[in-house]
Amino acid sequence: MRDVTIGQYYPANSIVHRADPRFKLVIMLLYMVMVFFCESFFSFGFLSLFVVITIIISRVPPLKVLKGLRMILIVVLITTVLMTVFYSDADSEPLAEWGIFHIYLSGIYASIKLAWRLLLLVLMPTVLTLTSTPTELCDGLESLMFPLKKMHFPVHELALIMSMALRLIPTLIEETDKIMNAQKARGAQFESRNPFKKIKAMLPVLIPLFVSSFRRADDLADAMDSRCYRGAKGRTRMKQLHCHVGDFIALFAWCAIFVCLLFLKYNWFGWGFIALLGL
Amino acid sequence: MPFLQFKNVDFSYPSGEDDYIQALYSVDLTIERGEFVALVGCNGSGKSTFARLSNGLLLPDRGDVCVDGCSTADKSALYEIRKKIGVVFQNPDNQMVTTIVEDDVAFGPENLGLAPAEIRERVDWALDCVGMREYATSGPQRLSGGQKQRVAIAGVLAIRPELMILDEATGMLDPDGRREVMEVVARLNEKENMTVVMITHFMEEAAVADRIVILDKGKVAADGGKELFLTPDVFTSAGLDLPMPVRVSGALKNRGIDIGCPLTVEELVAAYCKRLSGGGGEA
Repeated sequence: MRDVTIGQYYPANSIVHRADPRFKLVIMLLYMVMVFFCESFFSFGFLSLFVVITIIISRVPPLKVLKGLRMILIVVLITTVLMTVFYSDADSEPLAEWGIFHIYLSGIYASIKLAWRLLLLVLMPTVLTLTSTPTELCDGLESLMFPLKKMHFPVHELALIMSMALRLIPTLIEETDKIMNAQKARGAQFESRNPFKKIKAMLPVLIPLFVSSFRRADDLADAMDSRCYRGAKGRTRMKQLHCHVGDFIALFAWCAIFVCLLFLKYNWFGWGFIALLGL
Repeated sequence: MPFLQFKNVDFSYPSGEDDYIQALYSVDLTIERGEFVALVGCNGSGKSTFARLSNGLLLPDRGDVCVDGCSTADKSALYEIRKKIGVVFQNPDNQMVTTIVEDDVAFGPENLGLAPAEIRERVDWALDCVGMREYATSGPQRLSGGQKQRVAIAGVLAIRPELMILDEATGMLDPDGRREVMEVVARLNEKENMTVVMITHFMEEAAVADRIVILDKGKVAADGGKELFLTPDVFTSAGLDLPMPVRVSGALKNRGIDIGCPLTVEELVAAYCKRLSGGGGEA
């Protein structure tokens, strides 16, 4: 459980690290939309190329990025296998079949695309959290949501809650480990083949975890009060967000990539022929 | 005017429906600027309640807590009071708001609404004070307990309080971590003339302070300088141990060897050696 990479900043000196978090967030949103626009292998490959470029210029070791994918890998595998065996295509003959399972060529293609899409979806957010500190992300989010502030939406509080949640994930994981060990020492059994028994066995872990979380929250609130916290009122920031020419260039580049994808997908001006080169 | 003043303060925690646990009984205490006070007492003596009352996290049932002339009961003065009194709590993990050391230290001054350049200056200064500058951009997971607590102290320092209360701030640390924190605190009191109230039940730490206040079951049992160690009864009757050097010198005294009242191990060794070389001639 210790390999939860989300919220684990990897310090390095790169263009991606120095970029304005607001721009990174906007690009991320754009990227997410792009992933869902991808349909052909060609467009997937096209988008992946830019993901790889981003990872290279971010100077984060690729292994570190892949580690972030480990958690999702099981989900990807299961969905891919299920998608392959349950896919049905009325137009073609199955390659193989056992009982209710049928494997079609188109099914294999579809499940590879699904896996690819899922991986792309997780990959960039991992890069985002590796290259920007939670504080930067929260500041960025807070600054991007400024229109909501006008509607008296508690933007600052929301950003703070997020940053604290990220901050406390490793602490709570540590705590869970401790409680589990304590319960094991008293003879609790966590290893069971029966999933229901397994869930029930977690109860003596969850309840103390909740209690200690509330206590922690109380302590944290006291510490914040003691450090003159009064909400957003009169609060300033040590790290001001500054956008540079590079941020605009990056945003522009990603917009260009988006337009290219649209060309590929909708065959505007007949550009979609490029896609025929792929599948 | 005294800086922090407890006037006849009573405080009780609710326990159950209409039951109360009395934590403080008419406590009268004043702390002047520049003092280094150790507040000692065993569990349940009301030490932590004292810390929480002094910056208005709790309000007294009866009596009044005044900081620089302002009562903590006055809600509009609370912010000013908290600017003057910084509190460092026991668990360093429960005091950190963000994942980066310097961002966490900046939390206080950010709340004060200072200019970014000024915040940066204060953060660097505070991290220098506790010797954690080189860890400014790392995450708390990579720090030891003592280092985390030093960061928590820096977080309070950056607000530039006049009085710093350490509420059992060394309680969860190993001996190394405890020494790190104690060195920082003693230096702050000496160099920056910071008023320090050290709440602890480690008597070795209390021996460093200039003034010692003993709390016993919610009452002030004794209040005085290092000479309190000459009357060990006030400590033992409050359920406290004596520092090891005081115990050793007491045991020696019982056997007819008087070496005075050393408070640290170094002083003990020096006094004993002096006695051996000097006293050897007499025997």
